[in-house]
Amino acid sequence: MTSATSRPTPAAANPGTASAAATAQPARPKPAPPTGTPVRVTGAQSLVRSLEAVGVEIVFGIPGGTILPAYDPLLDSTKVRHVLVRHEQGAGHAATGYAQATGKVGVCMATSGPGATNLVTPLADANMDSVPVVAITGQQTRGLIGTDAFQEADICGITLPITKHNFLVTDPIDIPRTIAEAFHLARTGRPGPVLVDIPKDVLQETTSFTWPPELRLPGYRPTTRPHGKQVREAAKLICAAKRPVLYVGGGVVKADAAAELRELADLTGIPVVTTLMARGAFPDSHRQHLGMPGMHGTVPAVASMQRADLLVALGARFDDRVTGVLDSFAPEAAIVHADIDPAEISKNRRADVPIVGDCKEILVELLAAVKAERAHGSADLAEWWAMLDKLRQTYPLGYEWPEDGTLSPQYVIERIGRIAGPEAVYTAGVGQHQMWAAQHVRYENPRTWINSGGLGTMGFAVPAAMGAKFGRPDTVVWAIDGDGCFQMTNQELATCAIEGAPIKVAVINNGNLGMVRQWQNLFYSERYSQTDLGTHKHRIPDFTLLAEALGCAGLRCETKEEVDSVIHRAMAINDRPVVVDFVVGKDAQVWPMVAAGTGNDEIMAVRGIRPLFDED
Amino acid sequence: MTIHTLSVLVENKPGVLARVAGLFSRRGFNIESLAVGPTEHPDVSRMTIVVAVEDLPLEQVTKQLNKLINVIKIVELEPAAAVQRELLLVKVRADATVRSQVLETVQLFRAKVVDVSPEALTIEATGTADKIEALLRMLEPYGVREMVQSGMVAIGRGPRSITATAVR
Repeated sequence: MTSATSRPTPAAANPGTASAAATAQPARPKPAPPTGTPVRVTGAQSLVRSLEAVGVEIVFGIPGGTILPAYDPLLDSTKVRHVLVRHEQGAGHAATGYAQATGKVGVCMATSGPGATNLVTPLADANMDSVPVVAITGQQTRGLIGTDAFQEADICGITLPITKHNFLVTDPIDIPRTIAEAFHLARTGRPGPVLVDIPKDVLQETTSFTWPPELRLPGYRPTTRPHGKQVREAAKLICAAKRPVLYVGGGVVKADAAAELRELADLTGIPVVTTLMARGAFPDSHRQHLGMPGMHGTVPAVASMQRADLLVALGARFDDRVTGVLDSFAPEAAIVHADIDPAEISKNRRADVPIVGDCKEILVELLAAVKAERAHGSADLAEWWAMLDKLRQTYPLGYEWPEDGTLSPQYVIERIGRIAGPEAVYTAGVGQHQMWAAQHVRYENPRTWINSGGLGTMGFAVPAAMGAKFGRPDTVVWAIDGDGCFQMTNQELATCAIEGAPIKVAVINNGNLGMVRQWQNLFYSERYSQTDLGTHKHRIPDFTLLAEALGCAGLRCETKEEVDSVIHRAMAINDRPVVVDFVVGKDAQVWPMVAAGTGNDEIMAVRGIRPLFDED
Repeated sequence: MTIHTLSVLVENKPGVLARVAGLFSRRGFNIESLAVGPTEHPDVSRMTIVVAVEDLPLEQVTKQLNKLINVIKIVELEPAAAVQRELLLVKVRADATVRSQVLETVQLFRAKVVDVSPEALTIEATGTADKIEALLRMLEPYGVREMVQSGMVAIGRGPRSITATAVR
């Protein structure tokens, strides 16, 4: 990290909000109260003023003993809206959904002890998926820390490995600076969650508030500008490669670099694959898009990587779900690896050309370098495309209708995608429905697909959809959920109904923990241990009644004929959330599939059909 | 496995040691020796961490360490280009019959006696890991009653300073 380091300034967390009017200078947050001069306030008031000053519009949270002081001045804030959720996990995922949908920092708040520990899952989730989230937790008074006091938990210790950073504030004078630092850390460099733990007496004490504070982060200097020599080296490889692939990860979405990616793809004609975290970064309708790679990726996407002579990884991290067994992953490919996090480069696969920087800046410079390089000519990709097109024709993404006459879950998801369209936002839980939603909804825009990729958090869909809806109230938001996931976090529908977040939830109800059941079917001799939820057999819970009880409209759909009309009915209800219970067959499976522990060459288009194996 | 010595400049803040130690255990690396102390800058502490890893995982550890917000700078000190020292305090059984022999060993190693009692001597020694180990080998036959050893501290040879550029 040398020249291209930027000295951290407390730039506004949420560019585009009123508090962060665009200026030519790297923005300093426009202070909420009159600037400069210190104001006498309580720690709690200092916290709320800091949140206002940094541009926070919305906080998801639940009050409790130690965070109580903060909730008092929050009542008077005209800038920060608080959404009272039903479970802190919901607050955390809502903050994540909000952040993913808007590109701003999501904020959640909880009390000490169980309130804070309930944030652990969403923080770990945001950490794995590099989502900018700030969590503010109350803590026992300073004198009681370490005494096993009521509702005391060492949340800084607990979240140490699952946050980008965390703070324990021990002096109220530090509140503005700590909040400014937390937001700066969350949204710059590789984004991630930051937790700020504040003891109750620190919130109660009288202190002074000044804004803007000076950040003190001597060890934090993320590199955003790529190294020119490496970029030129990459451009050379790109123009010389006969079988190149652009391997696009979530970093491209985070860096808001979809337009630049499109330009590079159009210029070079190189095939593009978008990972689970990058769906929407490149239009599915684009001719060069081969779809999603990985365990449940398309055959052409997986094959392109296996046969490539060059992979250009952009904001991707060679996750095991993408690479399969590493030793046999993309055996002939040279690797250009562009990422903002130097620790990702060569972590799993050695990079031939490492480029550390912000994906947008990298793509801008790479475009210029490739244009210059192409003046000397570039390899002909016709043969490469001929092979890929053949695979595309032979193994298109598809599905078969269940033989028992039940409703196809893929069909339901496909129809939701077609009817709600590419402008809607889709969230998902984790499991079969998530993979089908990644495969069968057609994404055209970044930030329209929000899911739990790295951690694989069941129950993510509903609270994330809630957060997304608050962030983009004019956008249709569909949570595509499973019946297992839905039963983990559906309490937030009460929040949605009361606080005005009319999301739409499609419960892809196959009565089972479907993905686990699929593995039991394939790898455990069809011994279905603890995967039948009884939602079919007993209709417990009855999702339509549950929806009504939570203040939502409840619809049910059991046949193909009803699918479109039910989706249209759901689309027409905008005064409250809608839950549609799509009762689907339990035996539908996610294909293609690279079985865990095998190499990508063993991808099965459907059960028993190994296109890449058979070919050789 | 090769032994690597990392000098890590960190912010002098509570919890930093836990962050660094946690990172090593989380990524599956074992710390052989660790020493932490102040530097010439009051806001900066210096850790000397000795690890036994292959080069590639070491690179990964270094990168992950660099990601810690409180870590300011990391330098790997090559043994040939650095002065490395450990401190040993050892209590050796030494009554009148063997005391002179023990004292002779102490002198040979340029160690010193820091406490005396009729049955035992407490010896202080500094040096490289090899020297400390050799001294201990010589003292063992007399009977080591108790010992305590510091982690290694190390500093690069020559006029350059790793703190000069890192700390503004």
